[in-house]
Amino acid sequence: MFAYTIRRILMLVPVLIGMSLIVFFLIRAIPGDPAQIILGQQASKEAVAQLRDTLGLDEPWYVQYFIYMKDLLTGDLGNSIRTHAPISEEIWPYFAATLELSLFAMFIAVVIGVNAGIISAWFQNSWFDYVAMLLALIGVSMPIFWLGLMEQWAFAVEFRWFPTSGRESILNPVDSITNLYIIDTIIQGRFDQLQTVLRHLTLPGLALATIPMAIIARMTRSSMLEVMRSDYIRTARAKGLRMFWVVYKHSLKNAFIPVLTVIGLQMGLLLGGAILTETIFSWPGIGRYIYDAIGFRDYPVIQSGILVVALVFVTINLLVDLLYAAIDPRIKYQ
Amino acid sequence: MDAPVLDVKGLKTYFFTDEGEVPAVNDVDFHVKRGEVLGIVGESGCGKSVTSLSVMGLVPSPPGKIVGGEILYKGEDLTKANDKRMRQIRGNDIAMIFQEPMTSLNPVYKIGNQLIEAIRLHNRWDKKKAWNRAVEIMKLVGLPRAEELMNSYPHQLSGGMRQRVMIAMAMVCEPEVLIADEPTTALDVTIQAQILDLMKRLNKETDTSIIMITHDLGVVAEMCERIVVMYAGKVIEEASVSTIFKEPKHPYTVGLIQSVPDMRDKKDRLYSIPGTVPKPGSIQKGCQFAPRCEHAFDRCFAETPELENQEDGSRVRCWLHNS
Ligand SMILES: Nc1ncnc2c1ncn2[C@@H]1O[C@H](COP(=O)(O)OP(=O)(O)OP(=O)(O)O)[C@@H](O)[C@H]1O
Ligand code: SF4
Ligand SMILES: [Mg+2]
Repeated sequence: MFAYTIRRILMLVPVLIGMSLIVFFLIRAIPGDPAQIILGQQASKEAVAQLRDTLGLDEPWYVQYFIYMKDLLTGDLGNSIRTHAPISEEIWPYFAATLELSLFAMFIAVVIGVNAGIISAWFQNSWFDYVAMLLALIGVSMPIFWLGLMEQWAFAVEFRWFPTSGRESILNPVDSITNLYIIDTIIQGRFDQLQTVLRHLTLPGLALATIPMAIIARMTRSSMLEVMRSDYIRTARAKGLRMFWVVYKHSLKNAFIPVLTVIGLQMGLLLGGAILTETIFSWPGIGRYIYDAIGFRDYPVIQSGILVVALVFVTINLLVDLLYAAIDPRIKYQ
Repeated sequence: MDAPVLDVKGLKTYFFTDEGEVPAVNDVDFHVKRGEVLGIVGESGCGKSVTSLSVMGLVPSPPGKIVGGEILYKGEDLTKANDKRMRQIRGNDIAMIFQEPMTSLNPVYKIGNQLIEAIRLHNRWDKKKAWNRAVEIMKLVGLPRAEELMNSYPHQLSGGMRQRVMIAMAMVCEPEVLIADEPTTALDVTIQAQILDLMKRLNKETDTSIIMITHDLGVVAEMCERIVVMYAGKVIEEASVSTIFKEPKHPYTVGLIQSVPDMRDKKDRLYSIPGTVPKPGSIQKGCQFAPRCEHAFDRCFAETPELENQEDGSRVRCWLHNS
């Protein structure tokens, strides 16, 4: 397993190089002189020339790429044009906000989706099955932008059960350590703040969780139905095992293998969806960070933001593959 | 005479499908005595597996349902037993080995885990004791390197080894009755002989009654004392093995015996019964075998014969032998 993990990570190297190349050229494919665009039409010749020099734009492309890669490998993402701060330092709080929201949403989606799928399969054609699958059908076709707005209007504006926007109470801000606020508040023992943080997470988290939850529920159900027809499930029952264990031990571990694929894919899409949701709920996440940078033509930030998001996609894929191997002993580590 | 351990009376198991009612098992009678090996034979699709699943209470439902008859285990009617009682009986009193050794073990759990699970379900033992018992039973069924196998996954074992594990798992709680549903059909010939030897030995050593389901009369001749012949969901003849081979009475049994390849006279062509097994439920009236029977006469198409006792102690369902 260890060797397999290492090999799997090494296989990422060409993927990462490819990704960095794409991002590198994409930015440079935008017509016009970046320095001019950044500074605006009124800027003086000298100012543009100076910026071209700081950005290294006068070097040939391979030299630029080489420098860019060298910086990347040393963890240097360049400086933001807008704030002049190093992006590698600036990006983390935004990234952490998105990560927390996505993981929170995925947690809800997996816990509810998987269990709904299991119960629907176990009691196939029961009223629970019908209701759950109807909801799932509605869920998969739900535009999350609209859902987010509706939730905000109903539960935050009309009923005032949840805050409308942000990650924390402005009057009682969290002292950030990791910038993952659930963790931060727990290690500081600030359970009052933990509650506020969870309340802020609820609405955007639910909006984000809806589609993955519905897809996971449907996938779990069909996968479970197939597994529960198999011979080894009959064997488990022939031993005298109670149905609960037949379902949650013998069936689930097998049925989870295809569900894992879906979770991996959805986790990737979730990050995309997070950007929409972040806009609605004013969530200070990576989506907002990139979005604001686009408005300001802050190229280094756009470039690094995209790269970080792409890196997350690749990491999720890696994790899914490693989990496969951990669950299914038939996957040969070669 | 001791009372039978398992006594199945007039069992009917139907499937209620979109295409209609399928009487897969339609009036099956048989019993097994303590320590006896009973053979159940019949062509593919005659209801052997559904019969054994009915006894285990594992008929897939829906669409299947036991609609009639009794399954008496030591006098207790299992068709009326509740779920909890059935779970106590499964594995502990009546165990089953399946037709498909390749797919009958859970691919994502180690052999040891699956064996120990079976042991600890019916015994309040700690892990250590269960582990030792599992290793012991694996050695008993002739699995080499038992300790090592405990930590293997099913895909690392051959079909023969997997079937031995299945036998070990079925025998581990010392059941009163072991139902073996074509335990060797999926295995190659040399392995088949080994598995049959093993089962014969276990039967001698543990006094477990075995119901040996097969469509191979050779297996029956080798293993069993008594034999039940099934055709289209019904028992059509029941007799001791010697009677069946010497004096088969039902025309279907006669055909079956004739179609066994005989090593002594080298006939070129094997006899085979003309026609095919009718779809369950397709023949509503008369003898199920009538369309294929060379002795069929008017009455056979009009009235359904019952399973009747014969003078030599066998039972036959045929108008030629009934009154
Ligand atoms: N789940 C099911 N739904 C509908 N019909 C079924 C189902 N399972 C079995 N049957 C019917 O029951 C009949 C008997 O099947 P069974 O599996 O008992 O045959 P068998 O004697 O074990 O045959 P084989 O030697 O091939 O194992 C078949 O004709 C089949 O059509
Ligand atoms: S009852 Fe008639 S048709 Fe049926 S087996 Fe006997 S002789 Fe043949
Ligand atoms: Mg069968």
